[in-house]
Amino acid sequence: MTFEPVIGLEVHVQLKTASKLFCRCPTAFGADPNSQICPICAGHPGVLPFLNKRAVELLVQAALGLGCTITPRSVFSRKQYFYPDLPKAYQISQYDLPLATGGTLEIAASDGTSKTIRIHRIHLEEDAGKLLHAIGNRELDHSLVDLNRAGIPLAECVSEPDMHTPEEAYSYLTNLKAIFQYLGISDCDMEKGSLRCDANISLRPAGHTQLGTKAEVKNLNSFKAVKEALHHEIKRQTEVLNTQGRVVQETRLWDETCGVTQSMRSKEEAHDYRYFPEPDLVPIELKTDFLSKIKASLPELPTAKKARFIQAYKLSDYDATVLVGDRLLAEYFEQAVSKAGAEVAKPMCNWITTELLGRLNAAGRPIADSPVSAEHLAQLVALVQKGTISGKTAKDVFGEMFETRQAPAAIVKSKGLVQVGDEPTITRWCDEAIAEMPHAVQEYKGGKERAIGSLVGLVMKKSQGKANPQMVNRILLKKLVP
Amino acid sequence: MKITKKDVEHVARLARLALSEDEKARYTAPLESILEYIDKLNKVDTAHVPPTSHVLPMSNVWREDQAEPNRLGSQTDILKNAPEAEGPFFKVKKVIE
Ligand SMILES: [Zn+2]
Repeated sequence: MTFEPVIGLEVHVQLKTASKLFCRCPTAFGADPNSQICPICAGHPGVLPFLNKRAVELLVQAALGLGCTITPRSVFSRKQYFYPDLPKAYQISQYDLPLATGGTLEIAASDGTSKTIRIHRIHLEEDAGKLLHAIGNRELDHSLVDLNRAGIPLAECVSEPDMHTPEEAYSYLTNLKAIFQYLGISDCDMEKGSLRCDANISLRPAGHTQLGTKAEVKNLNSFKAVKEALHHEIKRQTEVLNTQGRVVQETRLWDETCGVTQSMRSKEEAHDYRYFPEPDLVPIELKTDFLSKIKASLPELPTAKKARFIQAYKLSDYDATVLVGDRLLAEYFEQAVSKAGAEVAKPMCNWITTELLGRLNAAGRPIADSPVSAEHLAQLVALVQKGTISGKTAKDVFGEMFETRQAPAAIVKSKGLVQVGDEPTITRWCDEAIAEMPHAVQEYKGGKERAIGSLVGLVMKKSQGKANPQMVNRILLKKLVP
Repeated sequence: MKITKKDVEHVARLARLALSEDEKARYTAPLESILEYIDKLNKVDTAHVPPTSHVLPMSNVWREDQAEPNRLGSQTDILKNAPEAEGPFFKVKKVIE
């Protein structure tokens, strides 16, 4: 039987605040263990949580960026369970009245078109602490708790089960991250734990509408891991359905090394979190002026930027997609084009997506770290445009710029790379080439047009690559076909 | 609503309370009377009453996002209150994942 996978994703993203959600402890990453804790986030008796307004604003930005409806009156709830990383024995989260519901996100569908994934809800909650089971390689016979993360503000964004392939899930995550980065609400750094993802996946017979039994996959440490784990789950669940007939509802952990998901096996009782409204925090009621202020401050988002790039700069859909995939890359492009002129938008895009990104990726550096500034790249493209250097020379200059951070003009000058464009000099080289390669001349005159290539090559050699190729071509043609 | 010993055991487990057989029997009746009272409340027509989450007519009690490290006590003070600590960490029984 053929099955259709049904995938939904839960993404936790750390909101970029200076202090925690309910106390004034700092949120800096990488601080010494338990150096950013206080009686509130350590769950001491008698303390009261005090809501961080900025976290609410950032979550509303995310929600509006995803086209969600903001709940007029939203409340916090206690989610109760015992675990050593949760000092209060409850997590302050939201349950029946989350801050936002019902948004959408455009993704690339598997067939190459785009597709809308519905967002079920986005709510605000606090993070738990971190458990250590080993120090370096030494396995401990007890566990250690670091509460620096406890109380860090998180937005949990839950999608509807609208995805049907691991690639769609990957596209969803990529686009969601891009929006969060555009909004600046989070660093979205999976390695630092500021973006986490759990995936729900079930299979159903192709053509059916009723959902099958799902497995929840955790321990997904990269977008690539999400894709691989989902591929594995599809294979595993297909086998289970074909042999045993039914999938067990459970939480499974992705084992990156072995490339398999494994049942958590902890005797997980049916979740009974006994949510109830958090009595220590009053409701959040967001008025129109609060929301319109945030709405007005939203930056241009990827979809709108892409449409504008295609329209204003005549870029292809593909080029525009690459550029807007990263807010900083899009800004780099626009900054460079604003200096060099919109008429060079297409060559500028090529320089950025091939030469620059190629070298940055090879060096493992982000665009923010580019040794070639947008202004310098604009100057380089202008040098080619004006005919000061040839396109081929420009690539060498670019390599030098990447290594040394110098301005292109300085490199061109110090290396004597200025393109030779004066007619008498090029004419002289052309005459020499014609005299030295009578054979090529014969061939050309005999109708073999490609033979002119050898003559152009010789002229370029004589000029040490500096002759203006268009001029060389023109002058040679004039001489060969009088 | 009838409360059985099994219900008492379940609730006790959720709260991580170790009850003796005697206690289990002793809690059955009070729990049942609480739920009977809830049953009584359930008879009131609340179709047009929004659920009460808070009794105070207040909303949006919040603060500006400003970090103030160690405002309510130092790490040492807080670790001192832990049943067990090791270096800068809280120490707990081994958690198997
Ligand atoms: Zn704190």
